[in-house]
Amino acid sequence: MWAIEAISLRKEYGRTVAVADLNLQVRQGEVFGFLGANGAGKTTTVKMLLGLVRPSAGQAFVLGRRPGDPAAMAHIGFLPEHFRFHPWLTAADFLDYHARMYSMPAEERRRRIPELLERVGLAGWERTRLAKFSKGMLQRLGLAQALLNHPRVVFLDEPTSGLDPLGRREVREIIRQLRDAGVTVFLNSHMLGEVEAVCDRVGIIRQGELVRVGTLEELAGGTLQVEIRAQGLTPELTAGLARWGRVVRQEGNDRVLLEAAKEEALPAIASWLVENGARLYALTPCRRPLEDLFVQIVEGER
Amino acid sequence: MKIWLIAEMTFHEARQRRLVWIGALLGLLFLGVFALGYYLMYQDMARFAGPLSTQAIGAANGFALMGLYAINFLGVMLAVIISVDTLSGEISSGTIHTIVTKPLRRWEIVVGKWLGLLAMLSLFILFLCAGLSLITWLIARHIPPNIVQGTALMILCGTVVMTLSLLGSTYLAALANGVVVLMLYGLAFAAGWMEEFGAIFQNASAVQVGIVVSLLVPAEAMWKRAAYLMQPSFVREFGMSPFGAGSAPSPAMVIYTFLYVLVILAAAVRLFQRRDL
Repeated sequence: MWAIEAISLRKEYGRTVAVADLNLQVRQGEVFGFLGANGAGKTTTVKMLLGLVRPSAGQAFVLGRRPGDPAAMAHIGFLPEHFRFHPWLTAADFLDYHARMYSMPAEERRRRIPELLERVGLAGWERTRLAKFSKGMLQRLGLAQALLNHPRVVFLDEPTSGLDPLGRREVREIIRQLRDAGVTVFLNSHMLGEVEAVCDRVGIIRQGELVRVGTLEELAGGTLQVEIRAQGLTPELTAGLARWGRVVRQEGNDRVLLEAAKEEALPAIASWLVENGARLYALTPCRRPLEDLFVQIVEGER
Repeated sequence: MKIWLIAEMTFHEARQRRLVWIGALLGLLFLGVFALGYYLMYQDMARFAGPLSTQAIGAANGFALMGLYAINFLGVMLAVIISVDTLSGEISSGTIHTIVTKPLRRWEIVVGKWLGLLAMLSLFILFLCAGLSLITWLIARHIPPNIVQGTALMILCGTVVMTLSLLGSTYLAALANGVVVLMLYGLAFAAGWMEEFGAIFQNASAVQVGIVVSLLVPAEAMWKRAAYLMQPSFVREFGMSPFGAGSAPSPAMVIYTFLYVLVILAAAVRLFQRRDL
């Protein structure tokens, strides 16, 4: 059973197609990054998967059940993009209210709420009203709310918006912990660095259509960029590197960026360079930045 | 049941927004003003016709009816104020997203909110009616007749308006919803008088129009029945007064109003279930 499955999911607002026949499967326990430019249909997709928006056509399943089914929602956590709640509630009251919606017993609530506040860095703020919280603090509290029920699937819609660099790092750490615990995370974000750092697979949506799904390596087309730093990189040596791939650029006589077909070529490249008189200092495989891929996919296919 | 949790939260929200305290304070102010006016009026009548005389009691009852009329009006206003943005406000702020994605059905949210609002409205009207009855008993040893049924009908009147407002808040923004609901209440108010005057002048068409509008929005009809039950006998004999009623809508109309509230509530549930959030 897939954790999340969309079958020809479609949403139209009048003549505007927000999401066009989206087919998607997310495995249990994976961190799935959902990328797209503003207005591409990311949030509408998430809302359909959560039962907030009714699809015009197609079907969606979360943990094998229809979105909105209480039996499924009991195992789902959700942090909305612009998380807000009643400003007159204190952080503890807010979490208590939401825990009661999960029918969590009082004893468990007393244990779980301080534990979560600690986890999101809000320990000591239990009695403070939400009205006094900064945007970043509200975001952290929203994240705590999304984790209250020990969810099996968590939807995070722009979870780091409003957070400082430290907060972003903490959120990334929480996402990794969730993955380690076998929780499926559906991460809706346009913070590409964040997606790159934590996601197992990525889906890219463009104008309502899912145009790419795969691991970062798969999205890069199976190629690998290798930075070579060596003394004595003659033009002949540089040209000879072409047997393993394409030379993307050369900087002086000691630095070359090579796009290799596969990782297995690296030892052979190293040996060949040394045998041909180059003094090899570094041979660093580096993944192609997601930003490049994203721009190429979203803009290059227009 | 999650319904009670939503109802509790709705009530708690009104308390936090100081609606409950403001309502209670203004209610006390109203009762204070009423008590003063009632006392002065009753003293004059007692001097003129003797304490506990038929005339003094009749006048006191008429004055009490005016107070009950004001309470009914305040109840209707409160019904609109507390419910006008109860769903639309949470939808526009996005607050609803974290609630709807919990393991509960959308109908539980609507019915829970309705119950919370109903509790608030009922407490407000009960508090004022009980306060007014206490004042009239302390000053004139008199309680308006059928005060319990009358109070229940006044709560039903406010419930009609509150439920219509809840229905509107599933789709309309607060301001638009408030305007629509108050206009509908105004329509029902005018229709009630049209029916009343139609009956006096034996104009069947006016009576028919009044009845049809009352069926569309039966709020004022409930006040008319409450007033008919609580008014002094001389008003009933006179045929009409600004605060009473010459004729009472039938008990069947009360049953109809109960069903009307349930149908409007069901429509609110249906609209909210189908709405994209």
